[in-house]
Amino acid sequence: MSEEDRHTADDAQFVQAFEVAGNDFASSGAASIAVKNLLKQVGFAPEITRRAAIVAFEAEMNVVMYGGGGRMSLYLAGNLVRLVVDDQGPGIADLDLAMQEGWSTATGQMREMGFGAGMGLPNMKRHSDRLRIDTTPGRGTKVVAEFDV
Amino acid sequence: MVNASLRQVAQWLQAEVAAGQESLDREVSMALACDLMSDVLVFSLQGSLLVTGLINVQMVRTCEVAGLAGVVVARGKRPPDETIEAARAQGLPLLLSPLSVFDACGRLHDQGLRGYSDHGPMSRP
Repeated sequence: MSEEDRHTADDAQFVQAFEVAGNDFASSGAASIAVKNLLKQVGFAPEITRRAAIVAFEAEMNVVMYGGGGRMSLYLAGNLVRLVVDDQGPGIADLDLAMQEGWSTATGQMREMGFGAGMGLPNMKRHSDRLRIDTTPGRGTKVVAEFDV
Repeated sequence: MVNASLRQVAQWLQAEVAAGQESLDREVSMALACDLMSDVLVFSLQGSLLVTGLINVQMVRTCEVAGLAGVVVARGKRPPDETIEAARAQGLPLLLSPLSVFDACGRLHDQGLRGYSDHGPMSRP
């Protein structure tokens, strides 16, 4: 089974999707906390719940700050948690650069709020078991993060 | 390794408890001082204490996402209502201390709390 197939050919069920509003810092993080609470309710182990919440949060903040809004979808199987986060924003011009710790395109305003550490994508990779980022400049970005249970 | 309750932490730091009063018996042994959200999320800080100068609502959400036991806002800062409400809604103990971040950390370290450097390589995934 190819890497491509892994993301679709399994019995992970769609559970819920959360809209993420672009540039809405007042609500930012709410979707991730909803995902965390849902995973807790379903009964996943605290470590899985925490890691998934961290990845969700970083992805959500990217959509808020850079993606112009998007959607976070949660898929569950008995042995798998999958987060799909997508937007139709400007895309990531240089993904290798974006994956570098400390690299950030955050504005001054974002930095004043405590963002812009440049650790978002590295944190997503660090805390997930598999991470795939599909991005096309001018079209948007889709992130698929998986956690083995 | 020393464990301290948030009640004791509040005493040591002369802190007013603005949220999470029902959870002051929670114990912490590890703390991090940080003003950058994503730096908080790099480390395995489940059950730790955050000392920060940030007072915005995203800080509270970061703490929730990271599974922190509580947060100390230093320098006598007063968070806006939305921050306090978010902390209350999440049951996150929010301690407001007049001390600087440096002094707050100094006192916690004197009392035996430690950071991820001392808690070992397990702390950084």
